[in-house]
Amino acid sequence: MSTTVAQERVALTGNEAVALAMKQINPDVVAAYPITPQTDIVQYFSTFVADGKVKTEFVTVESEHSAMSCCIGSEAAGARTMTATSSQGLALMWEMLYIAAGFRLPIVMPVVNRALSAPINIHCDHSDSMGARDSGWIQLYSENAQEVYDNTIQAVRIAEHPDILLPVMVCQDGFVISHSLQNLQVLPDEEVARFVGEFTPRHPLLDVSQPVTYGALFLPDYYFEARRQIADAMGRAAPVIEQVGEEYARLTGRRYGLFEAHRLEDAEVAVVAINSAAGTARAVADSLRKQGVRAGVLRIRLFRPWPWREIAQALASAKAVAVMDRADGLCALGGPLYTEVRSALYDSSSRPALVNYIYGLGGRDVGLEDIEGIFRDLLHIKDEGGVAQPVTYLGLRE
Amino acid sequence: MTERKPGEPLGWREMPVGAVILEAGNATRYQTGDWRSLRPEWSQEKCIQCLFCWVYCPDAAIIVKDGKIAEFDFEHCKGCGICAQECPPKVKAIKMVPEEEVTEVS
Repeated sequence: MSTTVAQERVALTGNEAVALAMKQINPDVVAAYPITPQTDIVQYFSTFVADGKVKTEFVTVESEHSAMSCCIGSEAAGARTMTATSSQGLALMWEMLYIAAGFRLPIVMPVVNRALSAPINIHCDHSDSMGARDSGWIQLYSENAQEVYDNTIQAVRIAEHPDILLPVMVCQDGFVISHSLQNLQVLPDEEVARFVGEFTPRHPLLDVSQPVTYGALFLPDYYFEARRQIADAMGRAAPVIEQVGEEYARLTGRRYGLFEAHRLEDAEVAVVAINSAAGTARAVADSLRKQGVRAGVLRIRLFRPWPWREIAQALASAKAVAVMDRADGLCALGGPLYTEVRSALYDSSSRPALVNYIYGLGGRDVGLEDIEGIFRDLLHIKDEGGVAQPVTYLGLRE
Repeated sequence: MTERKPGEPLGWREMPVGAVILEAGNATRYQTGDWRSLRPEWSQEKCIQCLFCWVYCPDAAIIVKDGKIAEFDFEHCKGCGICAQECPPKVKAIKMVPEEEVTEVS
């Protein structure tokens, strides 16, 4: 820890933490459209632009579809580019998300998770970013303001790594994290500038000495091969994310892996959680440990690519596992995180009993007692054997 | 890396990253003439050399030599019919003919 740099301790909301990280990254271009609960990010960042605190060209656009289109053009031109969005805004970007990934443009986009319509709702759930999980974007999920700050800075290095060149979403929970004031440590501006370094684009459109065509038609003779390249980059990303995380840990003392394994070594019952609910789950596991229950929590940080081997290994000692999904897959088999964990465990020799809890849709709170109930269910499953009900809607009025 | 014959398509590892094309002006090597179902038939006698067809052809498939239309590039002409449409109505030097009716191959 002696080699880490001096850091200021400040109180910031999740959105302020993202805006500060963006200011310190000082991207060449930001094209963004405000939407609740991401609005503060755009508002704070545009203030930095107006006050001359960044050299960024800030492009105001008429929609999120245009925001992502502008980001694609700008990143392809060779400019380090960022945007931010939530919910319907992410949904409106949909077709352009795939194009950003297909052109291998390392755009970084904070996503403030909010429920999708209908019915319209402005509060937190993960249906927005979970819906975009197969668009070719790397997805990092953040428990709190500290992590969303740290992830935003690391995302630049991950996205721009020459072996990867994929866009990255940095997710945090709308309002729960984006609007609550938290105590965190932030780096000096020059340390962030040094960490992210200069952007060296692979095939910049503005390099007239090496002309390049983006957006050519790939018919059945080439399309398949082009898509295979994206899958290959996704397959290479996890070790790079770990390597960037190690370098960041040496700088800050804060270490992030592919996921956080909390007291899983000997855990018999475990909860898999993502974003802010993981903190609540950890508190419940710690209190159950004091009562002699071998409880643990696996907190997802990286969802795309999906580190399935490592996750299966981390859950090896568990007899019963519950996956908490803040999005419903609407597929008759629970939420997206559940089906992914289920798939990860298929080849595991110690395959545990597995259940799913859909919770918190549209911003409904999840508390300690809710997660205590999950652990009680898991203990019952562990002792009695067999899963009577694979998917439970937690905190739903019957 | 897999051995490839000249002109054989590249494998996925050999292609440039990002579905980009790095070689300028290589579209001429992509022969789109076999897309054509209608073929422009040009009458040199009727033609007034206004060059409207040359201006409007989206595939640069009308070849001009010494300021006059010399021939059609059938390796690239897709048979869209824009040349016939733009040929002045009083001239009508270009007629679109179904490929299967063309007996004389130019």
